[in-house]
Amino acid sequence: MKVTEVIAISKGTLLTPDVNLDREIQGGFSGDLMSDVLASVQAEAVLITGLCNPQVVRTALIADVRLIIFARGKKPGEDILNLAIDENLPIAASPLGLYEISGRLTQAGLPSYEMEMNLFPKD
Amino acid sequence: MSDQATLSDNDAGMITRVEELGYELKISQVMTTNVVTFSPDMTMLEALNLIQHHRISGAPVTMNGEVVGIVSTEDLIRALRDGRIDRKVSDYMSKNLITAKATDKVVEALRIFAKKNVGRLPILDENNKLVGLLTKGDITNGLLDALQRDYQAEEVKRYRASHLFEDIESDRTSLILRYRIIKDDFLHGGAASNHIKRALLRLGADRQVARRCGIAVYEAEMNLIIHTNNGGFLRVEIEPHKITMEAYDDGPGIDDVEKALTPGFSTASEEVRNKGFGAGMGLVNIRACVDEMTIKTSKESGTNLYMTIYLDKPKN
Repeated sequence: MKVTEVIAISKGTLLTPDVNLDREIQGGFSGDLMSDVLASVQAEAVLITGLCNPQVVRTALIADVRLIIFARGKKPGEDILNLAIDENLPIAASPLGLYEISGRLTQAGLPSYEMEMNLFPKD
Repeated sequence: MSDQATLSDNDAGMITRVEELGYELKISQVMTTNVVTFSPDMTMLEALNLIQHHRISGAPVTMNGEVVGIVSTEDLIRALRDGRIDRKVSDYMSKNLITAKATDKVVEALRIFAKKNVGRLPILDENNKLVGLLTKGDITNGLLDALQRDYQAEEVKRYRASHLFEDIESDRTSLILRYRIIKDDFLHGGAASNHIKRALLRLGADRQVARRCGIAVYEAEMNLIIHTNNGGFLRVEIEPHKITMEAYDDGPGIDDVEKALTPGFSTASEEVRNKGFGAGMGLVNIRACVDEMTIKTSKESGTNLYMTIYLDKPKN
C-alpha cells in the first residue's frame, strides 16, 4: 500500500512533505513501548504509536519502519520532524486512536506486521 | 557455459544499476497518474482537441473507470484521412488492449514495449480500474529520477566503505567503533545505535544483519541510559566474519540476571515507562537478535554485556 494511501485511510496529515513517499508499506504495527516494537515489528511496516518523542524515530530507523503515524492527535515537535526528514522517513499525525487506525488499515487490506511472541519460551 | 539461465558472478557484475532499477521500481512509481481519458461516445474531433490541448499523443478510452479501448494519433490520422473526424471514438479506437498492473515491476513494462508495437500502456489496479498511463518516456524519467536519488552521497560512501576490508592487508583486520553513552540522555538515546547500523550498511553488511545488530545495540544503549549510575560505553568491533558488540558501565550491576532475562520483567521507573521504555524486553530482544550473549555483572565493577553476530551463518 502506498504511503499516501495509508495516511489517507488513517485520516492523517503528512507532516514531512519533502521526504520520499515512493516506498511501499507492506504491513502495520501498533504500540507505545519501543522495546515491543523492536521485538516484533517486521521490516517495511507502518508504525502507529501514541508515544511522541525522538526515540520513536530512532526505533523506527533501527527496525526499518517506512512510515510513522502519531495517533490520538499527538503532534510531534520540530526535533522529531527534523530527525525524520534527515533520514527521509515520512511522518503523519492522526486524530484517531491506535485501535481505530489499526482497524481501518486492516480492513483496507494492510496485514499485521507484528510477529507473534511465544508466551512460554522453552530455552 | 552449459546453463544459460545461471548468472555467473562475472555476469552479475556487468548488470548495470539501470537494469537493477528496472527490477526494483514498480510501474506505480513511474507512471503518469493524472490520465486524460476519452469516452466512447465522444467524437474523434473532440478527442483531437483534447490531445492538442493536453499535448499528448494518445489516451485510453474508459467507461465507468474500466478501459475499453485506446486512441493514438495514428487512429486520428485514419479518421482524418477517411474524412470522418465527426465519428465516434468507439469507431476508431483500438480495442486490442495491452495493459499492465500498477504493482508490476518496470521491467515487465519494458518487456511489453519490446514485444508489442504500442506507445502507451494503460495501467490497472487489482480491480482492473485504470490508475495510470505509462509511456517509454515515463520509464526513462522514472529511472533517471531513481538514479539521481541513488547517486547521492550515501551510495558513494557505501561504495567506498564496502571496499575497506578488501583494501587493507593484515593477518586480522577489524574496525572498532566506540560511543560514550550518557546517563539519562533520552534526547540522544538511540543515536549511537543508528550510527552503528548505518556504518554496517556502508560496509556492505546484509540488511538483516544490520537490523539485528541495530536492535541489539539499541537495547543495550537504552539500558546504559536508564539503568546505570554514570552511563557507559558501547564498543563495536567489525570483522569480515563477525561483529562483536560490548556495552559496559561501572554500576550498579544487575541484581538477578535470570529475572532480567524474563520477558516483561522490568525495574524501570514510572518516568522511564512514560517515555516508552522499560517494557522488560531489552535483554530478551538482544538475545533474540544475536548469536551469542554473555553478561558479566557485579555491584563493584558494574556490567559488561557481550553480543556477537557471526556473518557466515544467517539467523532465522
